[in-house]
Amino acid sequence: MTDEAPPKLEWRGVKKRFQGRVVLDGLDLAVPRGRSLVIIGGSGQGKSVTIKIAIGLLRPDAGEVRVDGRDVTRLRGAERRDLSREFGMLFQSAALFDSLTVWENVAFRLLNADRVPRAEARARALEALSRVGLGPNVAQQSPGELSGGMQKRVGLARAVVSQPEIIFFDEPTTGLDPITADVINDLIVEQVRRLGCTAVSITHDMASARKIADEIAMLHEGRIVWRGAAADIDRSGNPYVEQFINGRADGPIKGAV
Amino acid sequence: MNPVRAVGRSVLGLLRTAGRVALFGGKGLAAALTPPMFLGQFGRQVLAIGYFSLPVVGLTAVFTGAALALNIYTGGGRFNAEQIMPQIVALGITRELGPVLAALMLAGRVSAAIAAEIGAMRATEQIDALETLSTDPFRYLIAPRLLAAILTLPLLTAVADTIGIAGGWLVATASLNFNPALYVQNTWSFLQSWDVVSGLIKAAVFGFLVALMGCFHGYYASGGARGVGRATTHAVVSAAILVFASDYLMTSVFSRGL
Repeated sequence: MTDEAPPKLEWRGVKKRFQGRVVLDGLDLAVPRGRSLVIIGGSGQGKSVTIKIAIGLLRPDAGEVRVDGRDVTRLRGAERRDLSREFGMLFQSAALFDSLTVWENVAFRLLNADRVPRAEARARALEALSRVGLGPNVAQQSPGELSGGMQKRVGLARAVVSQPEIIFFDEPTTGLDPITADVINDLIVEQVRRLGCTAVSITHDMASARKIADEIAMLHEGRIVWRGAAADIDRSGNPYVEQFINGRADGPIKGAV
Repeated sequence: MNPVRAVGRSVLGLLRTAGRVALFGGKGLAAALTPPMFLGQFGRQVLAIGYFSLPVVGLTAVFTGAALALNIYTGGGRFNAEQIMPQIVALGITRELGPVLAALMLAGRVSAAIAAEIGAMRATEQIDALETLSTDPFRYLIAPRLLAAILTLPLLTAVADTIGIAGGWLVATASLNFNPALYVQNTWSFLQSWDVVSGLIKAAVFGFLVALMGCFHGYYASGGARGVGRATTHAVVSAAILVFASDYLMTSVFSRGL
């Protein structure tokens, strides 16, 4: 333990229930610095809750979240917001602010939390937008005028613009056609590699998982039932993983329908 | 079901909600009164809440003033008191109807809009996004709206007072044979500054309550489009009720004090 660096991000025995229903049941998971972990699992298995607890949008009932070995579970207010400077997040719905233009969305943290001068913030936003393949003509538009794929690009630009150490991707390809989804996957891989940051994604899209993951963990009924290198996913020997990646109705996972 | 238990449960629910609203309002006020502030957001809200409410508040005031003048004139006629109609209209408008009607129009227009906007932001994860972008939603969303409503509703009320009295004047001079100059002079010499000021103080409190209800219900909206609809309804209804309840409370305190 002494000469080994702590994981960049770690969940330790995290439990969470909503109105009596157990969602996370003692989740243990660690992500080494600079690695890309993808959490797979069916709908309603606690994937979103796992991410929301890590970034502090939800508080666990028990257990802790550690960043660089430091317990951050109970940080609130200004301390929490300072910590979130290390984080970037791409939301499932992109969650762009529809009252602002595209570039103001990308520059939001620079303008409002870091109080960077407008001209500089705009220049950095335009640079981030160009990295995700969007030109200056898009920068003045309102997010509502953009297609789903373009909104995801803007969301990605917003997540990476202040060079976070950990980026979270919540279902990055949901609702996109397969080609657009692949473009977004490529952009994610490219940005994560460029920043050298740690990435945590949740998805049920196996094509996306194979593309962006170094490691894959499978979440089922609030616990990790398998974890391994992305390359080993097809020979996991784990009945849950096999059922999930092959999309079979029969197996140990009971469909919620 | 046991009726005692049902009563107990609803009382506890009411108290819990009251506590949450109080905490929410306190947190919002604290954010509104301490730096850092989002001046751009504040300016936008002053326009949305104050400036764009002017037409609806003005129209309400002119018709109310006119109707009030007619009613007081005919009612006063029963004991030969028609001639003090201007004074009664001025008193009624400045102390009561100006602030209350402006607040009710704001409850319909503004607290619904706030609840719908913030509720939709909640539903589309925009409030979560604010947190992840190191921005306090209370400072960015709640504080500018509370502050804008607290500051602009007294101004709207001052406008409503003026237009309401003008509405009474219109009816009085056009169809009740009052002397135009005398009407204005009677109103002016009779009104005390406290009549107006107490109404403006009420308006500031109403502004806080109306914006608070919109913010609170929007912030805790859940359940997609239906949830946003529900939040909007709750915001308008609770804002209106709080306006009336606090109006009575403040009136009773003011009338005892002076």
